Amino acid sequence: MTAEPVETATRTRYDADTLAALTADATAIMERYPNPRSGLLPMLHLVQSVDGYVSRDGILFCAEMLGITAAEVSAVATFYTQYKRHPNGTYTVGVCTNTLCAVMGGDAIFDELSEHLGVGHDETTDDGAITLERVECNAACDYAPVVMVNWEFFDNQTPETATALADRLRLGEDVAPTRGAASVCSFKQMSRVLAGFNDGRADEDAGTGEPTLAGLRIARERGWTAPEGPDSEPDKRGETITGEPGSSAERPPTTPSDTQVGKDKKPGEDAK
Amino acid sequence: MTLTPVLTDTWDKDRSWRLATYERAGGYAGLKKALKTEPADLVQAVKDSGLRGRGGAGFPTGMKWGFLPPPDGGPRYLVVNADESEPGTCKDIPLMLASPQHLIEGVAITSYAIGCDHAFIYVRGEVLHVYRRLLNAVEEAYRAGYLGKNILGSGYDLDVTVHAGAGAYICGEETALLDSLEGLRGQPRLKPPFPAVAGLYARPTVVNNVESIASVPAIVAKGADWFSSMGTEKSQGHGLFSLSGHVTKPGQYEAPLGITLRELLDLAGGVRQGHELKFWTPGGSSTPIFTAEHLDVPLDYESVGAAGSMLGTRALQIFDETVCVVRAVSRWTDFYAHESCGKCTPCREGTYWLKQVLHRIEAGEGQDSDLDLLLDLCDNILGRAFCALGDGATSPITSSVQLFREEYQAHIDGHGCPFDPSASALFAYTPKTRTPGALAGAGAGGH
Repeated sequence: MTAEPVETATRTRYDADTLAALTADATAIMERYPNPRSGLLPMLHLVQSVDGYVSRDGILFCAEMLGITAAEVSAVATFYTQYKRHPNGTYTVGVCTNTLCAVMGGDAIFDELSEHLGVGHDETTDDGAITLERVECNAACDYAPVVMVNWEFFDNQTPETATALADRLRLGEDVAPTRGAASVCSFKQMSRVLAGFNDGRADEDAGTGEPTLAGLRIARERGWTAPEGPDSEPDKRGETITGEPGSSAERPPTTPSDTQVGKDKKPGEDAK
Repeated sequence: MTLTPVLTDTWDKDRSWRLATYERAGGYAGLKKALKTEPADLVQAVKDSGLRGRGGAGFPTGMKWGFLPPPDGGPRYLVVNADESEPGTCKDIPLMLASPQHLIEGVAITSYAIGCDHAFIYVRGEVLHVYRRLLNAVEEAYRAGYLGKNILGSGYDLDVTVHAGAGAYICGEETALLDSLEGLRGQPRLKPPFPAVAGLYARPTVVNNVESIASVPAIVAKGADWFSSMGTEKSQGHGLFSLSGHVTKPGQYEAPLGITLRELLDLAGGVRQGHELKFWTPGGSSTPIFTAEHLDVPLDYESVGAAGSMLGTRALQIFDETVCVVRAVSRWTDFYAHESCGKCTPCREGTYWLKQVLHRIEAGEGQDSDLDLLLDLCDNILGRAFCALGDGATSPITSSVQLFREEYQAHIDGHGCPFDPSASALFAYTPKTRTPGALAGAGAGGH
């Protein structure tokens, strides 16, 4: 495809080939959504897959693709922790230091890694290999303490396993997570997947951890199953129950404003 | 009470995440049946089943669907909340990793039931392989004719888009999720209007948790009575109970609602050997903590509520006597301060000050008035914040001061933490010297 029409209009400094590829990918992203603006988050992941962070050019590119201002793009990019404002290392090594992982050893793992690598939170080693982060709960509490490398799971870590892992990453070795793909990919490759471009690695499997299967194993041992279904049509008892008092759940519409779109409707909300 | 594997039942199969594995286990029987059923009857069946939202709030799922206004010819959307981020909650991620087709089939049935032809799955961006599995599962379902045009010859069309977030706990709040999905900062919207009336692109939208939607296929295939034969009178069906922390066999235990922590701990080999239960969360860090006194509380919505907490996401984080409650709560507070979206003042400023006060207590620099100050701050956040994040931030503080006030006081009186932090770790180590302020961690660079 030709990139000329875009190239002449752009304020970015991407070379023609890069811009053409980015434009094609961003167009594919926007086509996934009824409203192209929904493509901004994947588009920022896409920018990171090329630049390794959300660069000035990347912000301008997104703005130009969506017809919004660079300020509007920046407002979004700075809200989310996965969008990096400085060039990221090849690997983000994230140590969960939320409460449960922290008390079970996450604090010690972070301290050891920080000392070992000579960097603190959100800092990158001089060789550009590792950006160290404290991360929040990553939904693997049954495997605590947890370390994430480019958002693949490294379960049940210790200071020793974590520093050995970091050393291998810095040596450029292939490293396999405990659950996930057969090996960890680079930050840029990961960012491309998060932009919605399937890398074909879903069938790779580093293994299913025992905690995931803990209850099922017991059920199998003891012959426990869910009740058999009658495979009949559901009956109509017509009874419903309401949300618990004080829950943040919804309630039935009771006022006109419950059933009317507000006047403060944002542009783009008036989908057909 | 016995375990009841439904969603977990295929997880030990070879290549459990593949469509073929799911089909061999009876998968997509629900969709086939649903496509021959009137949509309104499907909504009624889910109402009859008693299924309540598995994302924390426990709102009846079928009723939520029923709030959609009558069709006006314009689009209606289903958005699956797969932004699992509540500390302690770790059920949807393993489900999507091991058996994504449970979710995809649920999406197809739900979309058909509510008249939606484009559904979205919003998954947090920090779980790369889960995202791969979801992308792949959707592609497999398209190829098999379960998604796309004229599904299984029914004339019904459905597209599904899997969307990755980018790191923001607040996007688990359903209206913040919708703003995020529209390409904006993920900040909650004023309700009303509710998403059922004006959700994604201001169109009627159902937002449901992963486990809720994944529970739908079996309800349709086996009937509402089958589902409600499990659980208690008002909290029906099966649910994933996630045990973590100081427990011998942490992990996922799928059981009828109403099982107790005592029963679950028995199955899981009890608290870490040589130790005893000190405190636990029934449903994530935003639910008031419990102690050993609550071991026999049935884990259903009503009983946990009556005991002063919330069932939440059934995220059972177990802490033994080696854990300093001030350290635990202080760290959760760092989390809320970091994740506060900044939209409303009580939460933005309140979580900031809670963090400061807790840090100084933890560092041994607390004052006698600090406990009342903490409670006063909580009182000014609870019920005044724009969304549930602010309320949630106060839960661990108010409940722990109530249950462990003397432990907070010991930090103040003793000018430091009386606990050895290494005692709670799963490995032996010598703590490095550091300033407690450095523990602020990710909060330092937060938004």
